[in-house]
Amino acid sequence: MSARETILKRLRERADGALSAPESDFSVMTGRGWTPAERLARFESMITAVHGEVHHAARGEWTQALAAVLRDKGVTRLGVGREHPVAVEARAALADGGVMLVDADRDIAAWSREQFETLEAGLTSTRGAIAETGSLWLWPTPDEPRRLSLVPPLHIAVLDAETIEDTFFDVVEAHGWAQGMPTNALLISGPSKTADIEQTLAYGVHGPRELVVIVRHADAPGQADA
Amino acid sequence: MSVQTFTPQAFHRQAHDALGNPQIRSNFRRAMDGLMDKRRSVFSEWDVETLRELGANIRLRALSRLPDLLEQLEANCQANGIRVHWASDGDEACRIVREICQAREAKSVIKGKSMVSEEMHLNAHLEEAGIEALESDLGEYLVQLNEQTPSHIIMPAIHLNTDEISDILHDKTGTERTRDVDAMTAAARAQLRERFMAADVGISGVNFAVAETGTLCLVENEGNGRMTTTVPPVHIAVTGIEKVVERLRDVPPLYALLTRSATGQPVTTYFNMISGPRRADEHDGPEEVHLVLVDNGRSAIYQDDELLDTLRCIRCGACMNHCPVYTRVGGHTYGTTYPGPIGKILMPHLMGLEATRDLPSASSLCGACGEVCPVKIPIPDLLVRLRKESVGEGRGNVPGAGVKRNRKEVFAWKSWQWLATHPGAWRAGTGMAGKLRGLAPSTLRPWTDYRTVPKPASTTLHALVKRHRQDHDTTGESES
Repeated sequence: MSARETILKRLRERADGALSAPESDFSVMTGRGWTPAERLARFESMITAVHGEVHHAARGEWTQALAAVLRDKGVTRLGVGREHPVAVEARAALADGGVMLVDADRDIAAWSREQFETLEAGLTSTRGAIAETGSLWLWPTPDEPRRLSLVPPLHIAVLDAETIEDTFFDVVEAHGWAQGMPTNALLISGPSKTADIEQTLAYGVHGPRELVVIVRHADAPGQADA
Repeated sequence: MSVQTFTPQAFHRQAHDALGNPQIRSNFRRAMDGLMDKRRSVFSEWDVETLRELGANIRLRALSRLPDLLEQLEANCQANGIRVHWASDGDEACRIVREICQAREAKSVIKGKSMVSEEMHLNAHLEEAGIEALESDLGEYLVQLNEQTPSHIIMPAIHLNTDEISDILHDKTGTERTRDVDAMTAAARAQLRERFMAADVGISGVNFAVAETGTLCLVENEGNGRMTTTVPPVHIAVTGIEKVVERLRDVPPLYALLTRSATGQPVTTYFNMISGPRRADEHDGPEEVHLVLVDNGRSAIYQDDELLDTLRCIRCGACMNHCPVYTRVGGHTYGTTYPGPIGKILMPHLMGLEATRDLPSASSLCGACGEVCPVKIPIPDLLVRLRKESVGEGRGNVPGAGVKRNRKEVFAWKSWQWLATHPGAWRAGTGMAGKLRGLAPSTLRPWTDYRTVPKPASTTLHALVKRHRQDHDTTGESES
């Protein structure tokens, strides 16, 4: 008998008989009832508590915030997709600047080492965010591959304020994740960190050292950009 | 630092050594105090009991349907392009992993944190086959450089302090000595980035495997888990068969419980959900994803209604953080892959009670582990059950049951039981003990190692009470 058959047979022929379990009540995971302003405030306080950096911009002016971040951080090589509106707008805005735009939608075999060694930042869109824990929701695509938010030392994520939801459970339920998962789904809450050396928190161990979130507001920004 | 091998058989000697080592005492005390505080404060805005109840229910429901869910997980993973393998024990799982590596002519493996791979002794197995397996979690990396095993399931290098880590990095990698944690972290980052780029295969564990969608969930802060599962051309995930959950909606509550219970974090930096290898139109990610489902004693635990609760565990480590024994002796003292309370109720099944005979009794049964367990495993009850099994008073469902049965002890308890249920004999016996108290032995080891000899009183309490009542017989109280 194969290991598979042996294991399943043992589990099915359980000595103490069949098991049953009560249904679960998930209400503790939902129903926060936060207003959009509370959601945004909560998201921002949670992600900045773990060294995420948040900038606010009006919907039509976000690329200026992006340019300012790139200038402040001294970024000269930015990985970016080509199809997502975030990538399209960023490319248009940065076309004549001093930042070299590196195509991210290429077979990784062609530029794996280049990505590790020379890419200074990666720009991605987000599908939404979670207020409760200050988490970004990313589903990497061919246009914005998995490594774009992982390998460069700086990850810049663009988030629309109205896509922030209360809890992880709410996101999974409201967007029907169970009906179709992508090959890789991610929640990202801050830059990479470790506390493995005597409980001392250090940022930027394997993934990005810095995470910048540019929050786009439909109207004027809810808060002035610090 | 000399390399020391720890075994559960030598628990008492190892505990004695650890208790006498001020470095270990202070490293663990400081770390565990911090973790307990952080856990308490991060749950402050939650109805913790309701959340724990939900977590326990989800795990119970998954276990109640375990064989069906494993088949569903397999089918959905396969539909997603993940190859699924089954292993009865650690050796078989090692062989499966090795063969996948050999089929790709892999020479170099990079690993994310996986306690199951520790349980299987995977690194040693791969090394024998000429495949180098390098740990990439910073704590695991340090422990591996130092030729040790993890001393905590979440914080593997918690037994080391900053100076010791500085020495390890200096001696093994040539990193300049420093007390600057950021500098040491940066050095390890640079060393490991080269290895991520060069690795032929990435091996990770799994925190939750979702049957409904064929999804493997990984919880981490460092990004090494994402690197391990994204950069090399092959990803092998290794997991115990009990890690499966029924539905995707079961994941948020367990994740909420796991990070808060483990390190007092409201969330980890990364929650990585993998549902397949790179598709034709994708530009990165592994070309192959494998899932190895490991039994290694779990299906045996599954047979028994009481022991089954052991399999609810989500490996958060809260039980060890709150254990008065673990915080004093540290993780290596147990000599087992999983230390602390969860180790004490799990390892007897994996290694047998003969080897682990001292573990179930290395507890004051204070109950802290059971109180903080996010899925409400009644750890103290299970410790008592394993004690019963070890003296042959259980159901015999644990390997090595009865190994501590001692005829003299059995006779002593049986005699006591008989005496205590026969009042006439009891009174005669206690009266006799009082009269012969001068003959009591001066030592009664091991009791008298740390205590004085109990000496029977010249007059029994019963006799004293009786005399007192006769002298003051005014209240009308009487014995029923």
